[in-house]
Amino acid sequence: MTTSPRARPLIVHALLIAAALLVLIPVLWVVAAGFRTQISLLSGAFWFTPVLKNFNEVLFSKTSDFLVNYRNSLVVGTLSTLICLVAATLAAWSLNRMSWPRWFVHIFLGWALVFHMFPPLALASAWFTIMRTVGLDNTLTAVVLAHTVLNLPMALWLMGVFVRDVPLELEEAARLDGATTPILLWRIVMPIIAPGLVATAILTFVFSWNDFGVALTLTMKQTATVPVAIAKFAQDYEILYTQMAAAAALSILPALVLLIIGQRYIVAGLTQGAVK
Amino acid sequence: MKPTASAAAHVEAVPEPAAPRGLPIAADFQRGLDERLWRWLTLSPALLLLLALSVLPLVNLFATSLFTVSGSGGHSSFAVAGLNNYRALAGDTLFRAGILNTVLFALFAVGGQMLCGFVLALLCTGVTRGRLLYRTIFILPILVPGIVVGAIWKLLLNFDFGLVNQAVELVGFDPLNWLGSANTALASVIFVDIWHWTPFCFLLFLAGLQSLPQDVYEAAQIDGASGWQELTYVTLPMMLPTIMVTFAFRLVLAFKVFDEVYLLTGGGPGTSTQVMSFTLYQRFFREDQTGYGSAMSVAIIFMTCILLSAAFAARGRMGAAK
Repeated sequence: MTTSPRARPLIVHALLIAAALLVLIPVLWVVAAGFRTQISLLSGAFWFTPVLKNFNEVLFSKTSDFLVNYRNSLVVGTLSTLICLVAATLAAWSLNRMSWPRWFVHIFLGWALVFHMFPPLALASAWFTIMRTVGLDNTLTAVVLAHTVLNLPMALWLMGVFVRDVPLELEEAARLDGATTPILLWRIVMPIIAPGLVATAILTFVFSWNDFGVALTLTMKQTATVPVAIAKFAQDYEILYTQMAAAAALSILPALVLLIIGQRYIVAGLTQGAVK
Repeated sequence: MKPTASAAAHVEAVPEPAAPRGLPIAADFQRGLDERLWRWLTLSPALLLLLALSVLPLVNLFATSLFTVSGSGGHSSFAVAGLNNYRALAGDTLFRAGILNTVLFALFAVGGQMLCGFVLALLCTGVTRGRLLYRTIFILPILVPGIVVGAIWKLLLNFDFGLVNQAVELVGFDPLNWLGSANTALASVIFVDIWHWTPFCFLLFLAGLQSLPQDVYEAAQIDGASGWQELTYVTLPMMLPTIMVTFAFRLVLAFKVFDEVYLLTGGGPGTSTQVMSFTLYQRFFREDQTGYGSAMSVAIIFMTCILLSAAFAARGRMGAAK
């Protein structure tokens, strides 16, 4: 789309740059705060000599579990993404391409949609009770399961869109050639939906990485994820502002990497449902 | 994925590729079996996950909500409370404040984000150079964890050394206690949420604008439409589906707000930023009121679904009117 020829490119660029600064400055200011001493930050001076003390404290001090938290977040993010993708892709294919009665498809997807509206905190209390009953309280397994089911509706929705893009004739031709369902899924469907899988995987991972409420209620010190650890910095008797800033800076590294290498998948994933 | 044992057995059972054409009935029968088996196998992981972790918890919540639970761990004792927990909700001022603030938060935050996002998307389609760079920068907040967004703005809005008050003093005004005063706390939280999620709206609107057909604009220009007329008579009507979907996505998420409030204000000062999820967290986890907290969960789930369904129904009617 082109706006009217009267559009003044200079003003437009100026406004866009202002908006970009509004996004970037808060992030950069906090990253910078991670390199400051508490005194320098509290004094409000603009110039400062960067120090690595906060990062050292956060990562390597004996009282800090941040590396454990980081590993927990990576494990939970990776496992819940994998399980979620497999379950959602198979289910999306099943509901779209197998002969389910229509009412069943409606109820299944309808429930997923309704479930998506529930505030996670309202479910967290029940998850907490159930996990304790089956002996999974304070384990990463509990967080993996919770994140998997939290992201399942979104993954079902997205994979449904991608699965419907697979030409029906292709699947029928493979059937005629005697392909069984696993072979059909692996050889025909998978390669076509691969970009969709990547997009969904990135979003699922990011949402799992970012989740705070559920991880807060299902974890303790040793199983805490990164967001839970960051919140702890703000809750102690004396707020460790600069360490919190350093931890915050470290926590957005995975997102930055994904933004740089996978931007087109992120955009595809986020915009998929809205425009199609 | 390696074929499993049952899959391998299945491969043998399938006739040679040439056979189906010779024996259509046998092939159809085979295919029917294959369908029935695999449609269940492929659906079962998601089905089991949803049954065990969404249906079961809901049943559990409802059952627990009918009791008063005392004690904790394995030694909790249950006393039948009937609907008393639900009756108590009506008199819970924290709960009432939570609902009111959540609704205010959702309306203003989502409204603000959509407006800002739409303006940015319009601006961005107007330029060709640097569009990708702008998009990259604008995507960043979407990927930042809510708790980090909270941490960022807790620093920036700090009364003593925050960048915002430094800027305010620079222009000659008195610094404000953004998060610590009941007058500005909720507005500050709404502002932070607008900062966090405007980029999401921007991204959806940009994709929507880029997919609009060109010829309508050419026609509008030939007819001598002004920029404003183009926007109100061409762009907005054609963007309505995208706008509605974005609104739905954001509204659902806004009702779940927890992370930012937890870190920025902790529901305070007073009850000025108390939101539903945070009230629930306090009652259930901090105060250990398992039975009452469960009743609150059920009530919140119920209300959220009603409110959102009403919003979507209104959306549907608006869509039908167009």
